[in-house]
Amino acid sequence: MLSRTAASLYWLGRYVERADFTARLIEATVRLDALSASPAGEAAWASALAVTYNDKAFAATGHAISPQPVAHFLTLDMGNPGSIVRCLEQARNNARAVRTALTREAWTAINRLWLLFAKRVSPGGTATTLSLVEGVMAEARGFEGAIHRMMANEAAMLIQLGAAIERSDNTARLLDVKYHLLLPEGERVGGLVDRDQWTTILQTVSAVTAYRWLYSDGLRPSNVIDLLITRAELPRSLAGCVEEVVEQLNALAKRTGLQGEADRMARARIARMQKTRSHEVIVSGLHEYLQAFIRENAMLDAAIARQFRFI
Amino acid sequence: MGKGRAFDEIWGHGGPDAPRPDFAELSRWMAETPHAELNRRQQAAEATFRQLGITFAVYGESEASERIIPFDIVPRIFLHDEWQRLSEGLVQRVEAINAFLQDIYGERRILKEGVLPPELVLLNPQFRPEVAGIRPPHDVWAHICGIDLVRTGPDEFFVLEDNARTPSGVSYMLENREAMIRLCPELFRSFRVAAVDSYSDMLRETMRSVAPERSGTTPVCVVLTPGHFNSAYYEHSFLADTMGVELVEAADLLVDDDIVYMQTIAGRVRVDVIYRRIDDDFLDPLVFRPDSMLGVPGIMSAYRAGNVALINAPGNGIADDKAIYSYMPEIVKFYSGAEAKLPNVETWRCREPQALKYVLDHLDEVVVKLVDGSGGYGMLVGPTASKAEIEAFRAALIAEPHRYIAQPTLALSTVPTLTESGLAPRHVDFRPFVLTGSDGVRVVPGGLTRVALKEGSLVVNSSQGGGTKDSFVLLPKGQSQQQTQVQS
Repeated sequence: MLSRTAASLYWLGRYVERADFTARLIEATVRLDALSASPAGEAAWASALAVTYNDKAFAATGHAISPQPVAHFLTLDMGNPGSIVRCLEQARNNARAVRTALTREAWTAINRLWLLFAKRVSPGGTATTLSLVEGVMAEARGFEGAIHRMMANEAAMLIQLGAAIERSDNTARLLDVKYHLLLPEGERVGGLVDRDQWTTILQTVSAVTAYRWLYSDGLRPSNVIDLLITRAELPRSLAGCVEEVVEQLNALAKRTGLQGEADRMARARIARMQKTRSHEVIVSGLHEYLQAFIRENAMLDAAIARQFRFI
Repeated sequence: MGKGRAFDEIWGHGGPDAPRPDFAELSRWMAETPHAELNRRQQAAEATFRQLGITFAVYGESEASERIIPFDIVPRIFLHDEWQRLSEGLVQRVEAINAFLQDIYGERRILKEGVLPPELVLLNPQFRPEVAGIRPPHDVWAHICGIDLVRTGPDEFFVLEDNARTPSGVSYMLENREAMIRLCPELFRSFRVAAVDSYSDMLRETMRSVAPERSGTTPVCVVLTPGHFNSAYYEHSFLADTMGVELVEAADLLVDDDIVYMQTIAGRVRVDVIYRRIDDDFLDPLVFRPDSMLGVPGIMSAYRAGNVALINAPGNGIADDKAIYSYMPEIVKFYSGAEAKLPNVETWRCREPQALKYVLDHLDEVVVKLVDGSGGYGMLVGPTASKAEIEAFRAALIAEPHRYIAQPTLALSTVPTLTESGLAPRHVDFRPFVLTGSDGVRVVPGGLTRVALKEGSLVVNSSQGGGTKDSFVLLPKGQSQQQTQVQS
């Protein structure tokens, strides 16, 4: 496989995952905004910006933090490199560049995803915004389905590797920002927190039901943290993503014979993850833990690029 | 033009009620299928094209304005014996084009014997002195030719243009057929149509057959594209995909010691045959335009060393130049010893004083073209031009006559086409694809029919609002689909 093709496939996986995550985040924020008894609206939208590292860029637009402008900024703003439309544009450009490595179904799914946005100028009111992001999530599922029906070759593996790296980054950032937002100065993790906000985290990663299955004692922040860091059976948990990265790298090694630094880093990470206990993380500092995870993820990303000679 | 009714490929000179005898069935289908149903199917086809991204980018517009080429649901049909005659003419013409290229960049017999004015070739911007003396693997130059044809009557076909550089449109030929099979299966029961989907296999065989000797039985073949912003990118990816070869960009290739490699995740892999969809100008910055970012430095030197086959060969532009075109009957005769089976459209070379005088006197009747123009730009269609346009061309012709040729406006044939007010005749042209390998010349039984969607218009270019149709080539009576596939 061409090195450029490998890079495009990997980034295709990352961008679709990023668009999907942002869509989920918007959906969760709309719910949070609607459900909160207190006027939590502004805080909810502010947190959506913080999770995507967009707070400064949004401030530069001069708009007040309220549903419509933030929703527009995160979905359709061509000036925001992290907006859904820009992610989809990047995903489609990468997909076009490697069309020959994709099945017709996979390409069509990407193209349909992109067409959702191609002629839109406004996310509309709340109901329209919701149906737009639901469309993104549904089409992204269609894309994932198509990837799973491609030949199990290095093309499909690289897309899934990119998606797993991106997904672990998103979950870590989501948890980290909530840590900032939810804890007033001097407050211990596990103290008084806004129940709605923790529910929102679970909703964002589609884990409300999983939580009920796994924990019997009601909604507790420490359990949410435990679920999202250590429970590998949840595909969006850090442990789940870390396992998937190793699996995809192993599968790639088997097909291409390429193994190296990225495999060593990923295996070391999984070994550490298996020993991780969430209460220890909370005691020694969730924020520090997540920051280290995000840094390590970026180093792994760079090692993958070297290993597969991305150009 | 426009006085008498043009020949219609289906309706002949009659009309919907009196079609050509072989097409009574098609005429019945058109009459019996409700307009709304035809419309629905046509829209379904176009929706599929959009979803598949079968689009072309319009330069200077944003990516969101990628367009699909309008598709018309009524096919254009060639009877088997019509096609037979056409094919013979195409093979003869493409063989002559190959012989001409070999000669011009080699011995130049045709110039020495005075058949062509030497300055017309040697001073032509399409002539590449850099290529002189090179012999491509197996002496094949024009591996893939698209010959644009027009028709004016039952047996009157004319060549309008030869495309021996990077003719495009073959993906439309194949996708149009896919759409027709899905949307109008009943037509394939009424007509036995030759399959076109073997094109990719034939192209792959052609590529394999011209690999340099040393590459063995499984040469590494690739398609080289300028990238996904190119208007024909869909076609490049389609061809690579259906042939099962890599689609590469220049940045994926490197030349080391006159050998071309592609950079893969497992390191360098040697490349033997490149179907390049990059113009000569941009192919190698060391030889052609130094400012090109699209090219592969050193690729021409690898080619000269015989280490790689380039499809089509660099330098081919001299064979499809509009000034050379007018000499094509002489060129065919010179190399084949026989009269051209496919005639040219009568052409006045404005560089010749007598021709110029005739053209200036008849500007309102003729089509004037820039010899180096394409895509429907830089031309005057006399009968429909305004006085001011005619005067502007008159001035341009007098100032630089050598840059122009002129042709009569032909009564181009029409094919019934779905319009807002029902089925109506619209003018068409036709581009068949001719493949040349080390083992001979093949014509794919089909091609791209382009249709001018505006009433009376003769301009079929997609950049000027033209559409496309499927082109059926009928099998001889009594022969089944399977038999042809085995034989081809």
